[in-house]
Amino acid sequence: MGFEFHTTSLRSAVNWARKWSLFQYPFVTACCGMEFMSVAASKYDIARFGAEFPRFSPRQADLLFIVGTITERQGPALRRIYDQMCEPKWVVAFGVCASTGGFYQNYATMPGADQVVPVDVYIPGCPPRPEQVLDALMLLQDRIQKGEGHSQITIDAERGYDVPIAAIRPKQLGPGAAAKKEG
Amino acid sequence: MSDSHDHDVNLVPPTRRVVLGFQDAEDMDVPDLPTEPVPLNMGPSHPAMHGTVRMVLEVEGEKISSADIQIGYLHRCFEKESESATWTQIFPYTDRLNYISPMLNNIGYAMAVEKLLGIADTLPERAQYIRVIVGETSRITDHLTCLGASAMELGAFTVFLYALKAREWIFELLEEICGARLTVSYMRIGGVAADMPEEWGKKLLDVFARVRDVMVDISKLLDRNRIFRDRMDGIGIITKEDAISWGITGPVGRSTGLAYDVRKDHPYLVYDRFDFDVPVGSVGDNFDRYAVRVEEILQSMRIIEQALAQIPAGRFLHPDPRVSLPPKSETYNSIEAMIAHFKLIMDGIHVPPGEIYSFTEAGNGELGFYIVADGTGRPWKCRVRPPCFPATAVLGKVLPGLFIADVVPTFGMINMIGGECDR
Amino acid sequence: MAQIVLDRLTAQFTGGELVEVGSNLGNEWARVKRESWLAVAKFLRDDPATKMEMFIDLTAVDRLGLRTWPEDAPRFDVVVHLYSVSLKHRVRLYSAVPEEDPSIDTLVSIWAGANWYEREAYDLYGVRFKGHPDLRRILMYPEFVGHPLRKDYPKEKRQPLVRRQAGTRE
Repeated sequence: MGFEFHTTSLRSAVNWARKWSLFQYPFVTACCGMEFMSVAASKYDIARFGAEFPRFSPRQADLLFIVGTITERQGPALRRIYDQMCEPKWVVAFGVCASTGGFYQNYATMPGADQVVPVDVYIPGCPPRPEQVLDALMLLQDRIQKGEGHSQITIDAERGYDVPIAAIRPKQLGPGAAAKKEG
Repeated sequence: MSDSHDHDVNLVPPTRRVVLGFQDAEDMDVPDLPTEPVPLNMGPSHPAMHGTVRMVLEVEGEKISSADIQIGYLHRCFEKESESATWTQIFPYTDRLNYISPMLNNIGYAMAVEKLLGIADTLPERAQYIRVIVGETSRITDHLTCLGASAMELGAFTVFLYALKAREWIFELLEEICGARLTVSYMRIGGVAADMPEEWGKKLLDVFARVRDVMVDISKLLDRNRIFRDRMDGIGIITKEDAISWGITGPVGRSTGLAYDVRKDHPYLVYDRFDFDVPVGSVGDNFDRYAVRVEEILQSMRIIEQALAQIPAGRFLHPDPRVSLPPKSETYNSIEAMIAHFKLIMDGIHVPPGEIYSFTEAGNGELGFYIVADGTGRPWKCRVRPPCFPATAVLGKVLPGLFIADVVPTFGMINMIGGECDR
Repeated sequence: MAQIVLDRLTAQFTGGELVEVGSNLGNEWARVKRESWLAVAKFLRDDPATKMEMFIDLTAVDRLGLRTWPEDAPRFDVVVHLYSVSLKHRVRLYSAVPEEDPSIDTLVSIWAGANWYEREAYDLYGVRFKGHPDLRRILMYPEFVGHPLRKDYPKEKRQPLVRRQAGTRE
């Protein structure tokens, strides 16, 4: 047993802790907010996943729930909130308006929140049933456990823990970023 | 910053002087502290901003001196979308206006188009009763959500859980009748999309017995709760004259003493056959709005019980083939029905040219639809007159003078729904 | 239902301020000349037989391309709905506003509720309200160019404020 075993099991332990204690920031805008309230209430209890307590400050949250339609006017606010969150952070697009714009294809609606922030899990539905939301939460938990996702921080076996993804997996960045890194 | 950090206040020429807002300030030995107005931004993403609204407040200490309410963060272009959609395709858009009482929006829009078509007086009776029943059910979910969310923001988390528990029971029944919990699209031009299932009425009455218990629990927790009363009594007063000249109707308008309810003053559908009361407040503060909503839930249950007792058998959709789709058995078996179905879906219902303003009592007040039809299957203009639009506007007049903490219950009790205010 | 309103209007305004009155599908309406907009509105609020104290709605209609609208008529219509809480009747007022000079008097001095509705009509249609205390956009953001509900504004023409940078994980 060597260093690798310790950091591998440390990584899975830390990811296990992260996935069961998500502090969500509910960026609620529209009708999906009502289903979000249902998910947070007693029947479709999100508290059993450890994610019940909404932190209404982005500084204290690690899961950005984008609930509802994002308009172009809302874009800068959403981007700023995403930037204010500390790593590791994940983003869930709740509802079809946040995923692709839904059936609102017009001058004021952004066709999906992923126009401004990178999204990890998309939940379709207008609004999605609470069971879909919990299913998405479990999908997100799988991603967190495996260390995937758009989050920039992960635990790496060779270098120790909490390094930026850019340092170890540069090929996962887009085509322009590698050139930027060198230049 | 300015010289407000100087130690001897008497030597500092005051830029602005504000006395702390206590009633007995003259008796207290409180020095005049110089202060400056500070701009404070609440929103557009804020836990107490239902949906999304931005308030740019200017505060002096904790007192608000001016408030600029900025809406439009949920402008989803209902009017522009409806200009390119057929008359029936607009129903999903109307769901998402006041999304906590979608049936009432559907009903308002359907009635406007039916008036333009001239079939408003010949709607089947069963359809009208079903509309009243599900409409009032939607009103109950509207008020439950408003009460629950506002109470949660004041710290009463249990009330939120109780209210949502009651709402879940109602959502299950709505899912049984139309397939969706929240965005129902249940109405059609000429009636409703599907008939009420058997036993649905009986299930609804059973649910109401439990909802009444929940309302008793909520009242026990809030009505004489010292903290709740202190935060709601006398705060956010809207006068009756303001309500009239700003056009504020619904629970907010009635809490000021304005006794106007579309169901009573201009009855539509079969509302004139029911015996129900409309609660009217006296002071116009937050607590009045809360009390009016609690009482309206109980009155809505009363209307539904009477409607379920009176509902006749019959058609649930107007039989005119120019308006409603033919039954599926005919569509698949006869060419005329298939062509009728095709034309209705592709072109839309041909509504004769004309303009109408049709109004109903939605969850927040008088919901108006001003529709301009040009004879084709798509509207030329389909405007929604949102009832919470003037109520949100009056906040610019009500908030100055309150503390920052008072914004939370005041805004909550206005029940501004972003989908409706911004459309 | 509200014939009394039309009767009082036609009795009071005999000098051509009223272009046309009518009643259709249960709605009474009156078309007013732009210059007399404020006078007619004030009369409707103050006259004891009409008493329109409640301001219900204000919007604009863009008639560009409407088949039933004559080609040379002004492009926009400002439409106001008024209600009387005491006498329980309604009226709709129209006033035609041309495209070259889309302005009309504000009703804020008569009903305080007209404030936000007029801002919305300005924002979405470009109709200016003379004398409005705070005429700025309300539903669209200040950087938006154009008036989206006009018939010549394409539905899907977006003017985004912010986008993700291409080619990065950001």
